[in-house]
Amino acid sequence: MSMTTTNDLIAERPAKHRFGGGDLIGLGVILALAVIGYFLFPNNLALLTRIIAIALLVLSLDLVTGYCGVATLGHAALFGAGAYAAGIVSAHYGINDPIAMLAFGIVAGAIAGLICGAVILRAHGLPQLVLSIALIHLFHEFANKASSWTGGSDGLSGIAPSALIGLYEFDLWGRTAYVFGVVLLVLVFFILRLIVRSPFGMLCRAIKEDPIRIRSMGASPKAALMKMYIISGAVAGVGGALNAISTQVVGLDSLSFTMSAESLVMLVLGGTGSLFGALTGTIVFMFFEDVVSAANPFHWLTMVGALLIAVVLFAPKGLFGTAAAFVARRREAK
Amino acid sequence: MQTVLSIAIDALAYGMVLFVISIGLSVTMGLMRVVNLAHGAFAMIGGYIASYAARDLGLAYGFAIVLAVFGTILIAIPIERLLYRRIYGAPELTQVLMTIGITFCIIGIANYVFGPTLKTVPLPPQLQGSVDLGFRAIATHRLFAILCGLAVALALWYAIEKTAFGVKLRASVDNAAMAAALGVRTEIVYAVSFAVAVGLAAFGGVVGAELLPVEPYYALRYMVTFLVVVSVGGAGSIPGALLACLLLGGIDTTGRYLMPEFGEFFFYLAVIAIICVFPRGLAGRAKG
Repeated sequence: MSMTTTNDLIAERPAKHRFGGGDLIGLGVILALAVIGYFLFPNNLALLTRIIAIALLVLSLDLVTGYCGVATLGHAALFGAGAYAAGIVSAHYGINDPIAMLAFGIVAGAIAGLICGAVILRAHGLPQLVLSIALIHLFHEFANKASSWTGGSDGLSGIAPSALIGLYEFDLWGRTAYVFGVVLLVLVFFILRLIVRSPFGMLCRAIKEDPIRIRSMGASPKAALMKMYIISGAVAGVGGALNAISTQVVGLDSLSFTMSAESLVMLVLGGTGSLFGALTGTIVFMFFEDVVSAANPFHWLTMVGALLIAVVLFAPKGLFGTAAAFVARRREAK
Repeated sequence: MQTVLSIAIDALAYGMVLFVISIGLSVTMGLMRVVNLAHGAFAMIGGYIASYAARDLGLAYGFAIVLAVFGTILIAIPIERLLYRRIYGAPELTQVLMTIGITFCIIGIANYVFGPTLKTVPLPPQLQGSVDLGFRAIATHRLFAILCGLAVALALWYAIEKTAFGVKLRASVDNAAMAAALGVRTEIVYAVSFAVAVGLAAFGGVVGAELLPVEPYYALRYMVTFLVVVSVGGAGSIPGALLACLLLGGIDTTGRYLMPEFGEFFFYLAVIAIICVFPRGLAGRAKG
């Protein structure tokens, strides 16, 4: 039993159109979901914004795990770096413009991606996994100890983003933050779609399949993976900055092992190697978590465990991957 | 001098407990190529059973250990049959997810059954107090943990190097398909080593309960440490695992003693440095 990804399905389609009809439908679905969410849960926009922030983290994880085949349990380091950078420039340096905070988040995420990539890509298999775990603990410990900067275990507070482009205040209901998040998500999704379809994206997929062959063809797998790691860091940084701006507090949990493991669970639940899979997984998981963990946080852990085992056994391609394979089979049958 | 000695004793005891727990993980990982993140969960189950037997039922310490080891193996057998069987030979990501899922389930269930509080395994009077070594007194329990570690290392060395089963085991580690073709019943080798690994994990969980307290998040908290030991030592190598345990136990304990605020920090930095220098582990062989 192998963890096949939806890459195979996508790769079979002609890649002539960089941005095909399927993507427009996908964007339409995202926007429709965003509008439905807005009207369905007007009192719970904070949750929806958090889902968007986490979705950005899962998308970024998908870039390295789904497209490059790097198994990591420390991806929250990139997310947390973005969140803390955006929070610190606001709380300590008075840079309160959300766009500037976002830019700092992206840069910090990309730098964290560079560091993590440089360390994690040195090994393969189990050592790689252990390196990623050691890194996330190192980041966590660092943020915990540098408490004059990060607030330590109390969390970083005092983040006060000013009005978005000088017009839209971040209100108590989180409407501005939500719209800001949706716009960011759509933008990132559009850019990532271009990247994964580009020759560079194809190269990354090829490295996942057979790195030795790629090297003998004259490309450097390491350089390509590093590049992807930096891009991934930037995307996670967007998510982290969005989280810092919308909740106005950054906690140590954004740099935790649990966060990393959960984002991997979300990715696999949705389906690796597909941007839609990453989104599907996040939305399903977060709603599920919101409902179940409200009842009992410990049953929640058991449920996540059972869910994971079930996905590995019965739907190794994830929810989206399984659905996509089903549709593809139906099409072939016609 | 006193500090150096107490650091050395504590580091040795801690390293030995780590060794007893992780050696099973190392052997199964070398043998079955399964990244088993649930190994710590089995050690935790052992700790819970021993705590229940010794504290709530009032049984003797030795009996509690035996009960914990066999109880954990009994619990692990159906898990191996139903879940692990399916991920042998699967890609790492699949194995990671499956075993993390198992870990989460066990944590949730342990918390439901035993509650979130710390569980202690009461020590018998013989192991309480301290022993005078002439130049220095050390806690008897520490000495006991060190002796247990040495005994396990010796027994494993003998079993793997000197017995017929050890020959089959080494053959299966090196090349499972060829070993099977030559008439080694690899499934039996797998099953026995899995059972021994789980039993050792439970044993280490009980013996080390003083150093690594038993609570529901035990499985998650120390999972990293066990994995680190295996990956630093090199999967499937007993001397490598022993060396890694002593090294990491030393670094961790020294860090905790001298710089309590930054203890974890140095531990993980050391891990990253060691893995970057020896990507295949200290005693790893040049093969995937």
